[in-house]
Amino acid sequence: MSLEQLYQQIILEHAKLRTGSGLAETPVPAGASAGQSHQLNPVCGDEVTVRVAVSDGKVAQLRWDGQGCSISMASASVLAELAEGMDVAGFTAVIDSFRDVLRSRGKLAADPEILGDAAAFEGVSKYAARVKCAMISWVAAEDALAQARTSSTAP
Amino acid sequence: MAFVPTSESRALLSPALTDDEVLRIRNDFPILARPMGGHPLIYLDSGATSQNPISVIEAEQEFYEQRNAAVHRGAHLLAVEATESFEDARETLAAFVGADADEIIWTSNATEGLNLLSYAFLNSSLPGAAGPAARFALGAGDEIVVTEMEHHANLIPWQQLAERTGATLRFVPVDDAGALDLDAAAGIISPATRVLAFSHASNVLGTINPVKTLVAMARRVGALTVLDACQSAPHLPLDVKDLDVDFAVLSGHKMLGPTGIGVLYGRSELLNALPPFLTGGSMITTVTMERAAFLPAPQRFEAGTQKVSQAIALAAAANYLTETGMGRVHAWESLLGQRLVEGLSSIPGIRVLGPAPGEERIGLASFDVAGVHAHDVGQFLDSKGIAVRVGHHCAQPLHRRLGLTASTRASTYLYNTTSDVDTFLAAVAGVRAYFGA
Repeated sequence: MSLEQLYQQIILEHAKLRTGSGLAETPVPAGASAGQSHQLNPVCGDEVTVRVAVSDGKVAQLRWDGQGCSISMASASVLAELAEGMDVAGFTAVIDSFRDVLRSRGKLAADPEILGDAAAFEGVSKYAARVKCAMISWVAAEDALAQARTSSTAP
Repeated sequence: MAFVPTSESRALLSPALTDDEVLRIRNDFPILARPMGGHPLIYLDSGATSQNPISVIEAEQEFYEQRNAAVHRGAHLLAVEATESFEDARETLAAFVGADADEIIWTSNATEGLNLLSYAFLNSSLPGAAGPAARFALGAGDEIVVTEMEHHANLIPWQQLAERTGATLRFVPVDDAGALDLDAAAGIISPATRVLAFSHASNVLGTINPVKTLVAMARRVGALTVLDACQSAPHLPLDVKDLDVDFAVLSGHKMLGPTGIGVLYGRSELLNALPPFLTGGSMITTVTMERAAFLPAPQRFEAGTQKVSQAIALAAAANYLTETGMGRVHAWESLLGQRLVEGLSSIPGIRVLGPAPGEERIGLASFDVAGVHAHDVGQFLDSKGIAVRVGHHCAQPLHRRLGLTASTRASTYLYNTTSDVDTFLAAVAGVRAYFGA
């Protein structure tokens, strides 16, 4: 597998774009309930904090801060672009699909219909050491989403 | 490629290996002939784990084919031969580091050696510990001193010991050039210091620390010294008696040996006063249902079945290095280290950590690439068959001190050629353009 299959153009671009980065700059939308999760990759010291705001059963907003390699930063950027406006069940399904592909060691093809730009990370699944880089913001998002839903259903 | 040697340097005492000799040495390492993704393998990760010469691989195989038996028990001939090989290996390692055989304890790795000391000191500090162990007892008011450049293996066991005994952990800071601040050390090492633990050579910076100077500071205040020799024993002539340290650890797989084996050196008198860490079979004299008496070192610290084939293979590795000549290995790698740091420093956007070009370092260089994460650097180099280490190299506090979370490290050994270094440098020069930095 070539380097270009791993670092697809879309990944290199998103690593610079960092869509959705900046937690402090963007407040949680009024009326939405939010959860926030910080994840650390102890192998490389990469870290990311993701905040998910839920309103009327939809992801109203996903913002993040972090530092790390191009895979982890691009993955967070794509995640933010995908998530906003999705209904919560759909978003959960996308996270599950992304995880399945990333953990498949190259056996599972990504479905661009479901994953959109995140399908570009398919090649990462063949690099065991980099799977965590691609997953870190998604794990944070899943945790943040669960917290947001708990707080929205709390009395 | 000249450099200013450190005050205790022995790098210029022997002629370096020649290119032809290195090419012959490479033939002894089967793995170096393996292509990696269509490229010749350029292995620059020996600081993490080194490769094995055929003599080491064969020594382990020969043991299992011809002499495998339980050591230090059994009256049959195989057991006698296995025991002799095992103890011969101890003598080989003792000679390799300038110690006596009864001062060499086998451990699983250097980390275990350091934990053994930490736990033995803890055992000395417990209520009821008395007699000869009292000299190791720690409590409130006592201080353990490490350095800011330590590998986590020579930091966390001391953090834990301090936490459990009430002692205070202090550290000697590193200056911006990656050297220990010896003026600060002179103030930090005080009559309250009971243990001074430090690395001989930094696994990140490549700095060679002034061991004798630090040992003298510790001696003046009566502190014990613990030397992490993981990055020195494989690469330069090591003589623990000449350095006058009390304890030292090294790692087998970093010096051409197998994994699962390391060495703890301790001065005989200290080892025999130190309470055991692991207890059980093979380390006792008389056992009743109530209590046990322990053998002297080294058996005192070798409970249970030992790492016999690994010890024998490690001795084969030490023999290989001794036959090549540690002085010559050191001189060669010093040149490679200079070539690395000079080449890296001339590439725009590269910041080399540790000693500047022209200052002595071991044959490794860690660096930061502006705008590109170390993992991406490593992946880019891997696509060209070049193996390096990326991350914090088990030295998070040092990276934090340098304002980084991760770096890329190229580390050489006796089998690396100047062309390995040049190919690596040419590849690094292309990293920033690829990632658009």
